[in-house]
Amino acid sequence: MTTGTFFVLAHPFLRSAFGVGTAVALAAGLIGSFVVLRGQVFAGDALSHVAFTGALAALAFGVDLRLGLYGGCIAFALLLAVLGGRSGSDDTVIGSVFAWVLGLGALFLSVFTASSSGIGGAGGTAGVNVLFGSILGLSGSQAWGDVLVSLAVVAAVVAMARPLLFASLDPAVAASRGVPVRLLSLGFFVALGLTAGVATQAVGALLLLGLLAAPAGAAQRLTARPFRALWLSPAIAVGSMWAGLTLAYLFPVMPPSFGILGVATGTYLAAIAWTGSVRRRSQRTSRPIGTPLPAAMSRAH
Amino acid sequence: MPAALSLATLAGPGPNPIDDLRQMLALHFMVNAFRAGTIVAVLAAVVGWTMVLRRQSFVGHTLAVVSFPGAAAAIWLGVSATAGYFAGSVAAALVIALVPRSPAGRPGSQESAVIGTVQAFALACGALFISLYGGFLDGITGLLFGSFLGVSDDQVLVLGVVALVVLAVMGALGRPLRFATVDGDVAAARGVPVRLLSVVFLVLLGCTAAEVSQITGALLVFALLVMPAAAAQQLTARPILGLGLAVGFGLFVVWAALSFAFYSPWPVGFFVTTFGFALYLGAAGFRWAAARWPRGAREVDRSSQARSGELGAAVGA
Repeated sequence: MTTGTFFVLAHPFLRSAFGVGTAVALAAGLIGSFVVLRGQVFAGDALSHVAFTGALAALAFGVDLRLGLYGGCIAFALLLAVLGGRSGSDDTVIGSVFAWVLGLGALFLSVFTASSSGIGGAGGTAGVNVLFGSILGLSGSQAWGDVLVSLAVVAAVVAMARPLLFASLDPAVAASRGVPVRLLSLGFFVALGLTAGVATQAVGALLLLGLLAAPAGAAQRLTARPFRALWLSPAIAVGSMWAGLTLAYLFPVMPPSFGILGVATGTYLAAIAWTGSVRRRSQRTSRPIGTPLPAAMSRAH
Repeated sequence: MPAALSLATLAGPGPNPIDDLRQMLALHFMVNAFRAGTIVAVLAAVVGWTMVLRRQSFVGHTLAVVSFPGAAAAIWLGVSATAGYFAGSVAAALVIALVPRSPAGRPGSQESAVIGTVQAFALACGALFISLYGGFLDGITGLLFGSFLGVSDDQVLVLGVVALVVLAVMGALGRPLRFATVDGDVAAARGVPVRLLSVVFLVLLGCTAAEVSQITGALLVFALLVMPAAAAQQLTARPILGLGLAVGFGLFVVWAALSFAFYSPWPVGFFVTTFGFALYLGAAGFRWAAARWPRGAREVDRSSQARSGELGAAVGA
């Protein structure tokens, strides 16, 4: 395994894939904790699909792909922050808006495919790359940009971790204690939008949801302590990224996105199975293992 | 609705709308597309109305998306894509129903993490199947964003039979399901099998999502599953009226979108979502205006009156 990993890192494109992948997984795992904690996975889902439309709009209008990607994600994140502030996470509104945005994406895809050469030419490939990721095809300058954005997201989330955790678990009490709940929500959604933009280039618009949800879900299954879960989630995400990339290298038919998400999903399944068996054993000794996070947090206060 | 239809045919090349309609329906694939679209619109409106009431949009989206790897696997294995759509969605419905809930029985955050993981993993499987099959790039776009042009007679038959079965079960379960949706605790106390009902509904939702996916593509099912139902629920809370409105909206969206897509180079998915979203916005605006027109007419300034008038006119169209 060590020689395998060593061998993997001998290729320059794999080196940049590992570098970008690690940074993206750190950011996605960290912010994913909050996404799962706040029960806003659907918002993350919507954001990941908006990333697709943003990227294809940029391609259709002939501007830089990242401009559309980040522009679309951040605009939609701000919209979500406004909507979410008023009526909680209203599934129907989010669903209606992002379905329409995806319809626009389909339009841009057909415009771009028609304008680029032939059927199944550059247009089709670009569309599929945006949907399912192209981590092995990142250029050096792209890779550095992605790493920097990811690390900025990580720094921002770490800086606001404590108040954001408080505001996520009990917004009413947090607001009464003087925590700027609305501002934190805004910051959270902007960071989520940036993460979606970065992760789209790595694992694809359709799959970044897995990187947000699976490691965080597994971490919160495994521990009831909020801060421990907060660190465990990025660790699981980075582990999945490395294992998935190595698997994709060893089995060339496997798309890297599938390897990464396969490992992340497997970890989540294992966490569910393990906590399930621990809970069955603990029911005999009546030990409160697997207490949900809000309860554990309020006990800590 | 007649106004909308004439609008649709005006987009066509000929000066006479009747001729355009006849020209469109002379093509067998367009007739099949309208048949399939009609079946799917009715089914999606009925099931979607219940889904919106139960606030299960996220599950509905996931079940629809999961039909994509089902279809991709079916194409890779050389079996019928229709079977793949249904297999993928129903299997995912069962997985989501069977995964244990969060430890203390709080269905909130952990459940959505499970659903999100199922969705992302299923899509990753779709990417794997495509890679195994060895590249059908145009096919991917069709599976994800809809292609109504290749609907066969057999497919219409399958869609119709499955829709009838689902609608029959929905009819049989309608009352207890609504009871369990509106007040689960009271329903459970009165002996309604709430857990079983929710599993059955997930399977029905899976079948519906698989049907809709075959017309709108796996990513755009919300155009028929959520938008007509959400628009209807903006306008009325009464079940029978709401269901009727949702079905009417769904039929309008499908028929108008198919007609527009026939006469334009743009994809049908764009039209389906755009018409659905316009209806939803119109209904929301109408409700907003109706709620504050009588009470706050004096305080409302001219500009906001003009705005709400516009929105009201949008729903009338």
